[in-house]
Amino acid sequence: MLTKRIIPCLDIKNGRTVKGINFVDLRDAGDPVELAKQYAMNGADELVFLDISATLEGRKTMLELVLKVAEQINIPFTVGGGISSVADVEALLKCGADKISINSSAIKRPDLINELSEKFGSQCVVVAIDAKLIDDKWLVHIAGGSIPTELDLFEWAKEVETRGGGEILFTSMNNDGTKNGFANQALKKLSEELNIPIIASGGAGKMQHFVDAFTIGKSDAALAASVFHFGEIAINDLKNELKKNNIEVRL
Amino acid sequence: MNLVILDYGAGNIKSIQFAFKRLGIDAVLTNNREDILKADKVVFPGVGQAKSAMEMLNRSGLEIVIPQLKQPVLGICLGMQLLCNDTEEGNTKGLGVFNVSVKQFSNQVKVPQMGWNTVTNLKSKLFNGISDNEYMYLVHSYYAEICPEAIATTNYSQIYSSALQKDNFYGVQFHPEKSSYAGEQLLKNFLEL
Repeated sequence: MLTKRIIPCLDIKNGRTVKGINFVDLRDAGDPVELAKQYAMNGADELVFLDISATLEGRKTMLELVLKVAEQINIPFTVGGGISSVADVEALLKCGADKISINSSAIKRPDLINELSEKFGSQCVVVAIDAKLIDDKWLVHIAGGSIPTELDLFEWAKEVETRGGGEILFTSMNNDGTKNGFANQALKKLSEELNIPIIASGGAGKMQHFVDAFTIGKSDAALAASVFHFGEIAINDLKNELKKNNIEVRL
Repeated sequence: MNLVILDYGAGNIKSIQFAFKRLGIDAVLTNNREDILKADKVVFPGVGQAKSAMEMLNRSGLEIVIPQLKQPVLGICLGMQLLCNDTEEGNTKGLGVFNVSVKQFSNQVKVPQMGWNTVTNLKSKLFNGISDNEYMYLVHSYYAEICPEAIATTNYSQIYSSALQKDNFYGVQFHPEKSSYAGEQLLKNFLEL
């Protein structure tokens, strides 16, 4: 059976991982390649690298990093952050990225999704959506969640699928950083209304939250950062716990 | 070891090249007929749409070269599908090495299938040291039907052929280059054929 996926997310600035990372075994915790290797060894199913560099220089460093990751890592990985054109994607895929993730740029110019899926195949186009529940309505936000739009999460997600998006990475801004669990009701609705995989993001604090994201939220994959980086949850332990709850995982 | 990866413009071949490099083999990327014919082993990759990939093969003359190869050939993902008789994707005629048709997954399941699934009924030296029910990484919307040439099967909406073999031709639907240690083992086995 197809397994549920566990995906650690690494924030990258100027080629280095940011946020405090608490891995005793690493020679250099700021080195994304070292960290990625560690995660791959511990059973991560995929990795996401999110480039938060704001400068052109930082972007160039990202390409070099992608090449290094592709050289050394034997599981799939997605690269996101600052991607707004077919040329950006071509450069990343050429360096060995398996998928790319777009967010604000897809909302500003939805045709980008069509262009990317036609040129590279929908399997490599992940569309990330940040949304916040305001007065019973899930409103999509852009620019790292700082600017609200008029878009409804479910309508936008449906449009993403129609335009050729291959996967949705949904971050609930209400849950992100709370460590109180994922937005399972919204996830469930997304998963039932769409026929492409849904990745849950935002709110992971303990192992039960992942169980809930798969059983209640019906997600296909779950992404988290700090619980993994700070060693609060080891991926192996998490997968064993999921298995105990009759959730299919790769062990 | 002279290993060639067919470079006809389809897909992320860098990952495959890197995977062999991790095994200590420098693979050559080429679409040159002479280089392909004299290679010890040939990898036939492919990601993207079947019809346009087939057109690219035709343009590079590879559709004639590939079925005539005598050395071990490994088709990966769309590469495997193009070695089949035909595919529903764009109603495309394949190279006809594997006597099987490629169909689209029904919309009873999420399409594409994306992620890790098990391979079972393993039947070839290609799977030496890989246990039945090992997980491999797959991304695809079309599948090869069950057939006598199947050397592995996988279950997604129904049971299908996730690896095929006929004579010197091997095909895998999954991505060994992205399938962790089990995938590495398979590539190593291919090098040792």
